[in-house]
Amino acid sequence: MESDASRILHELQSLRASKSDIDRRISALETQLHQINLLNDSVPNGSHHSISTIDNSHLNGPHAHYLTPEMIHRYSRHLLLPSFGVQAQSNLLKSSVLVVGAGGLGSPALLYLAACGVGRLGIVDHDVVELNNMHRQIIHTEAFIGQPKVKSAAAACRSVNSTVQIVEHHEALRTSNALGIFSKYDVIVDATDNAPSRYMISDCCVVLGKPLVSGAALGLEGQLTVYNYNGGPCYRCLFPTPPPTTACQRCADSGVLGVVPGIIGCLQALEAIKIASVVGEPLSGRMLLFDALAARIRIVKIRGRSLQCKACGENATFTQQEFQEFDYEKFTQSPLSPSPLKLNLLQADSRISSKEYHDRVVNGDAHVLVDVRPAHHFEIVSLPNSLNIPLPSLEARLPEISSALKEEEERKGVSSGSSAQLYVICRRGNDSQRAVQYLHKTGFTSARDILGGLESWAHDVDPNFPTY
Amino acid sequence: MQLTLEFGGGLELLCESVKIHNVNVDPQNGAEKLIMKDLLRWVRTNLIKERPEMFMKEDSVRPGVLVLVNDCDWELSGQLDTTLEEKDVVVFISTLHGG
Repeated sequence: MESDASRILHELQSLRASKSDIDRRISALETQLHQINLLNDSVPNGSHHSISTIDNSHLNGPHAHYLTPEMIHRYSRHLLLPSFGVQAQSNLLKSSVLVVGAGGLGSPALLYLAACGVGRLGIVDHDVVELNNMHRQIIHTEAFIGQPKVKSAAAACRSVNSTVQIVEHHEALRTSNALGIFSKYDVIVDATDNAPSRYMISDCCVVLGKPLVSGAALGLEGQLTVYNYNGGPCYRCLFPTPPPTTACQRCADSGVLGVVPGIIGCLQALEAIKIASVVGEPLSGRMLLFDALAARIRIVKIRGRSLQCKACGENATFTQQEFQEFDYEKFTQSPLSPSPLKLNLLQADSRISSKEYHDRVVNGDAHVLVDVRPAHHFEIVSLPNSLNIPLPSLEARLPEISSALKEEEERKGVSSGSSAQLYVICRRGNDSQRAVQYLHKTGFTSARDILGGLESWAHDVDPNFPTY
Repeated sequence: MQLTLEFGGGLELLCESVKIHNVNVDPQNGAEKLIMKDLLRWVRTNLIKERPEMFMKEDSVRPGVLVLVNDCDWELSGQLDTTLEEKDVVVFISTLHGG
């Protein structure tokens, strides 16, 4: 059985490798073909006749546009729009857009940008596709789980529109590579998920003079605006001082309804299309606030460019060099690639591993297990016989712990002199340490936390235990 | 003076998860007009039930909170000195970073 599995895995791996090689070759050939077509269309009476060369009497002179018959067919519904038409589509085809982040916002943004026919579409992401991404990151398919998001997103974009040049930047965006990547594009779309990246992307756009379409979503709310466009404000004009780290929630902790970033990502594609095709009024100097639960969209007027802004203000001298040396993680007190927090608040003897805890349960040791996660987490999954007391209510519910310990001692017939043990667990082992610290102060001196929480239980003890 | 106060972007969690508050606030300390600075202090005392530091820093809102008076950034109306009028809608919204 095991050798079968490893043989299949091996075969999958080699098939995937050849598939990605073929994808690369297809993409390169398509780009070549696209360029040949463009060249031919600019030559009158060339082998590829566009409408403009055959029937240019209806246009303002010859070569008013270079759309090929295939392009005219593909983008016909755009061309039929009087307020979009040939001119806007031609602008779009000549433009380039970079999407930073192929996640919840980037997924729909990339699909629409590929479909609408921007000339070149870049994707930056360093992450891999995971099962718990799929509910919102709709560009990825199950077959790509475990593979780089950039590769997955690029394959999806190519399958939607093989005539767009898709550029894969499979790397984390840093001050060291941002200038080089951004300078190759006309419009930047911020589809990232953390504060330091947002400051870094905005500053880089200011330094290079690129318009920035910025979207964000969390829980059941979304926000959207365009920065650094036509004299409008940049991110720092609006938020000169970074927020405290405790105010920066992540989808992985707070949750997000999948369709919410989907809606904001679609609107980001729309704003990028408007800027790239030079139509309409981009959402600059205004911000869209979306409340999914109340079904309300509000568009508010925000301040203009701040004269005092450190990045784009009147006396700002923020140079490329300064940008490259700026420490965004220090500035915002949070990492550019957020990974779960790993606190270490307790002495080793106040902690036990999930394996040790498992041994004690098997032994039948008298104990009480307190789970300090929020009630809606507890509802998802919990260990048997655990007592849910969310951390914020711990202070008020200490008597419940005392009586649970007493009950357990009576039930297990613990001899006087020894007592039932008190263990505390949470999702990843941070809140459980905070709880144990508090319990130690309030007289529960033997309380211990389970290292790494339920995630370590799933990893080290019970692989069938659900993780979220 | 009747005002509608709204909290969003997670700030509603500081006021028992209620987003919209229809309130009556009069000018403070015998002043003739109600200004944002006084309203902030009133909100902190009367509506914020936990972690006030997530709402305010010193006399103003904490970094990362946008204040909108009638759908307009308070930077455009005088920030803390903005004078409020009957039926004004004031929105406090925390900027989001997720995606």
